[in-house]
Amino acid sequence: MTVSLPRTLVIGGSAGSLDVLLQLLPVLDPACQLAIIIVLHRKSDNDTLLSDLLATRSILPVKEAEEKDLLTPGMVYVAPADYHLLIEPDGTLTLDYSEKVHYSRPSIDVTFMSAAEVIGERLACLLLSGANTDGAEGLQMAQGMGAVTAVQDPAEAEVAFMPKHAMTVMTVDRVLKQVEMAEWVMSL
Amino acid sequence: MKDEEVNILLNDLLEQYGYDFTDYSFASVKRRLQRVFINDRFPSFAEFRYKVKNDESYLTYLMEQITVNVTEMFRDPAFFQVLRNQVLPILATYPFIRIWHAGCSTGEEVYSMAILLKEMNLLHKSVIYATDINESVLEKARKGIFPLAYMQQYSQNYLQSGGQHDFSRYYAANYEYAKFSETLSEKIIFAAHNLVTDRSFNEFQLIICRNVLIYFNKELQDKVLHLFSESLEQLGFMALGAKETLRFTTVAPLFKPLAQKEKIWRKIAT
Repeated sequence: MTVSLPRTLVIGGSAGSLDVLLQLLPVLDPACQLAIIIVLHRKSDNDTLLSDLLATRSILPVKEAEEKDLLTPGMVYVAPADYHLLIEPDGTLTLDYSEKVHYSRPSIDVTFMSAAEVIGERLACLLLSGANTDGAEGLQMAQGMGAVTAVQDPAEAEVAFMPKHAMTVMTVDRVLKQVEMAEWVMSL
Repeated sequence: MKDEEVNILLNDLLEQYGYDFTDYSFASVKRRLQRVFINDRFPSFAEFRYKVKNDESYLTYLMEQITVNVTEMFRDPAFFQVLRNQVLPILATYPFIRIWHAGCSTGEEVYSMAILLKEMNLLHKSVIYATDINESVLEKARKGIFPLAYMQQYSQNYLQSGGQHDFSRYYAANYEYAKFSETLSEKIIFAAHNLVTDRSFNEFQLIICRNVLIYFNKELQDKVLHLFSESLEQLGFMALGAKETLRFTTVAPLFKPLAQKEKIWRKIAT
């Protein structure tokens, strides 16, 4: 069941992570065959602003995730404001308007965990800057299911708390500086 | 919980109680079952299953937990503004207005609708049928009592949607709760209705069903959209959630968008 799903990278971020993405997306290899999902905390309004902004910088095509979208290699999906993003066993996306997790919707934990369940070892998760505990539990679970895990180096994160917190609850596979990220992504 | 265990439980719910979740989003249902399993500290799946199969009151609780019951008053104010400015003025020309609010949960949007109708002096000639699969959330909806702490947010939403009054005129505050006026609820009929298994029960000029279809697979979405189409009068309105669409559905040719961004369509064919 999991074999048919594309290799997938989920990137979770909160305060201070938009800039990291704006630097990362332009330097990815256009031949990248990963499906990339971005879950970013933000105010619930300003609907498609984020995906529009990321699209202007990205080498790879960016779209706001819609329900029933099929995860496709080489695409970047952005979780919409105010919905959790889940991945179905058949590789389609589900939007979910259930309770906030860590005061957040979309929640990074929710997508990390959901992706880990269906993608397992073909998954990589990257947790960026933020002031929230969201992401750590999901990162840990993803690792337990064979996924590769990484965090932004807290030393250079604009808000160190989120990656630091993940590092206190688990041993992440990689701690990445901004300049190392693109290469790491391409190595997945 | 393993996928097989989720399927066993879903099968129990169907065979024993007639609740069919097999066409729901698996990822969402599994996540919610897992949440209950962990929160209620079952030592094993077998014990969880035993409880579900043998305790009717637990079933009621589980049903409420599986389905998502997160809602608020005047959620997406721009949507209610379109209702107020574009939809209700047309409905106002009818002698009698019938509205179906499907998947109404604890009723926050139904009361919002009643407030709109009241302010446009239409409530007296309207009936809102508010339905949900869960009897327990309907019970809450009937009471019209919501936490007072939310009123500030609801009041803000109401004003953003074009409301002109002091929102507090619609409820009486009592300790931690706000009880909404019975002049609003007397035109609302709350009743159990299962979109998966139950049929149409009337013809309406407006059907509202927001953030319900996102939990259904394509086949079930199509089936429910046909149910809505059959339950709408010609030129009736259908309103879905912000991230729901008719794109790629078989009813798409029967509707034309009224407000694309706000997800309101008008029935133009049968």
